[in-house]
Amino acid sequence: MSLSCVPIEEVPLITGGKTTTQVTEDVCGPLERKPGKLWVPAFAVALSALLLGLIATGYQIATGIGTWGLNRTVGWAFDITNFVFWIGIGHAGTLISAVLLLNRQKWRTSINRSAEAMTIFAVICAAIFPLIHMGRPWLAHWVFPYPNTRGSLWVNFRSPLLWDVFAISTYFIISLVFWYLGLIPDFATIRDRARGIRKKLFGWLSFGWDGSARTWSRYEVTCMLLAALATPLVVSVHSVVSMDFATTIIPGWHTTLFPPYFVIGAIFSGFAMVLMLMLIARKVMSFEDYITRRHILAMCKVIVFTGTIVGASYATELFMAWYSGNEYEQFAFNNRINGPFGWAYLIMVGCNVIAPQLLWIRKVRNSLGLVFVITILVNIGMWFERFVIIVVSLHRDFLTSSWTSYAPTSIEIATLIGSFGLFFTLFLLFCRFFPMIAMSEVKTVLPAEQRRASTREEDHSE
Amino acid sequence: MSNRREFASFATDEQLIAAAKACRAQGMILVDTYSPYPLHGIDPVLNIRRSRLPWVTFIGGVVGLSIALWFQYWSSSVSWPINVGGKPFDSLPAFVPVAFESLILVAGLATAGAFLLRCGLFPTKKARKMDARVTNDHFVLVVEHKDARMTGGRIDELWASHGALDTWSELSS
Repeated sequence: MSLSCVPIEEVPLITGGKTTTQVTEDVCGPLERKPGKLWVPAFAVALSALLLGLIATGYQIATGIGTWGLNRTVGWAFDITNFVFWIGIGHAGTLISAVLLLNRQKWRTSINRSAEAMTIFAVICAAIFPLIHMGRPWLAHWVFPYPNTRGSLWVNFRSPLLWDVFAISTYFIISLVFWYLGLIPDFATIRDRARGIRKKLFGWLSFGWDGSARTWSRYEVTCMLLAALATPLVVSVHSVVSMDFATTIIPGWHTTLFPPYFVIGAIFSGFAMVLMLMLIARKVMSFEDYITRRHILAMCKVIVFTGTIVGASYATELFMAWYSGNEYEQFAFNNRINGPFGWAYLIMVGCNVIAPQLLWIRKVRNSLGLVFVITILVNIGMWFERFVIIVVSLHRDFLTSSWTSYAPTSIEIATLIGSFGLFFTLFLLFCRFFPMIAMSEVKTVLPAEQRRASTREEDHSE
Repeated sequence: MSNRREFASFATDEQLIAAAKACRAQGMILVDTYSPYPLHGIDPVLNIRRSRLPWVTFIGGVVGLSIALWFQYWSSSVSWPINVGGKPFDSLPAFVPVAFESLILVAGLATAGAFLLRCGLFPTKKARKMDARVTNDHFVLVVEHKDARMTGGRIDELWASHGALDTWSELSS
């Protein structure tokens, strides 16, 4: 019987009849051996991209942000696009670990660890851009309110840019704590299998975890509490990011639709990124039994759902521009579609609205290659969505005499490539040294007859 | 008279829970269990009370919220009032996002910190010497008894009937 005829609840979460022992072996084994054939070249590519980005960053900090293609009309462009793009990518991890935990979705256990790691790395990538944009990043601590010799002069708490500082710092810290708490029991598993310096290192990292029933009981309560805190947090972060735009008076930005529109777009792009990385990881790390068809189908459904809402948001924006009767709004949207950047709007609609709708078709959903292509298209589309919102809304402002265009310089493109380099360098290091699958959680979702230590015969037959 | 602590390791969680219930029926004190993942249904058997950690979260949230609201009010309208676009100095609605984020931050850090503190988990802590596979695939039950009659044959019989893989014991004061 083909998979497509079976109701999704009956498809096993973990295939291959894994026992508790085998889960430990499959997840810890790759960390204890030499890196796989694909890991070293992949790491070399990521590291080269990161180096390119570092050189570009060093150059633009030393020279000044005049190295960018910005001008007086287009004051925000490539860097803020990249910032919003990366923050959006970072939204799926916490959604998977927190919202799906509260909803008791068991399929999250195979992918939550790497999705959370992805969140943390994406937030780091995002933070680089406003930092460089400051022009004098060594004064970055000025964004925090602390007693100083300038008054004390406090930060402006009425500014959405400052809300962003608080929202993103909080998001980063809480995501990191949540991720680390999840890692502690798995670090203990590695510790108990290791010898020498590795044992010592993972001994520190695992905080002396011993798996006592009382610790487990409190641990589960803690995870639930953090999930309950992280759920409104994840919604607040991109809402606050959207207010950077919505509280201005720029046509195309000044709209109450922005917070939900940004949040759903973030979940959409984040899930596409998780699915893309999982499709690669299950192949490279041989996790086909852990990240199964069922996980891929579930993520496809989330992408169709969020993609449809993103499409509805685009339609609502257009409707409101027309219905408001405001000629500046009408011009802004007409300019998006028919102006010089019409091609960017076309990419955005094609990749975000039309491409994911193909997932309704069973054949597309069941083809890993096509799903992979769609996830890449969604990521491209979501990058262009931010580009369209930011650059296209700005480049033709209220005075025709100041109309202009924008093109990124090589330095800006190198910085974007560098941010991808940083992301993949961190992700590949994570795959190499940390347990990529939450072992203690996967063990709980195994069927009862598989939740046991393997017998000696099974150990030897492997 | 000193108590005896008996340890037994099992290959499945079901065997461990059955053995724990049998020990309790014999009047032994269930000390703890050690397992590679949380055992559902073990809390009532071991008489583990509901955790009070949610209170820490609540208090952390209240503290974070109050400090953020007070600080924003004080810095914007008492310490150095600045007129920003004609908005009132005490512009409460604009203070909501930062107050909310502070609530989450303090509540989350307080919860995680209280968890680590309560369980005594810290980087240099040495894990209790136990079956090395307890973080992998073994389940260890620890019971205590004063009854001299339990030593020797009876406890071994109980362990064997529940399929224990390995058993050991120690004296505790």
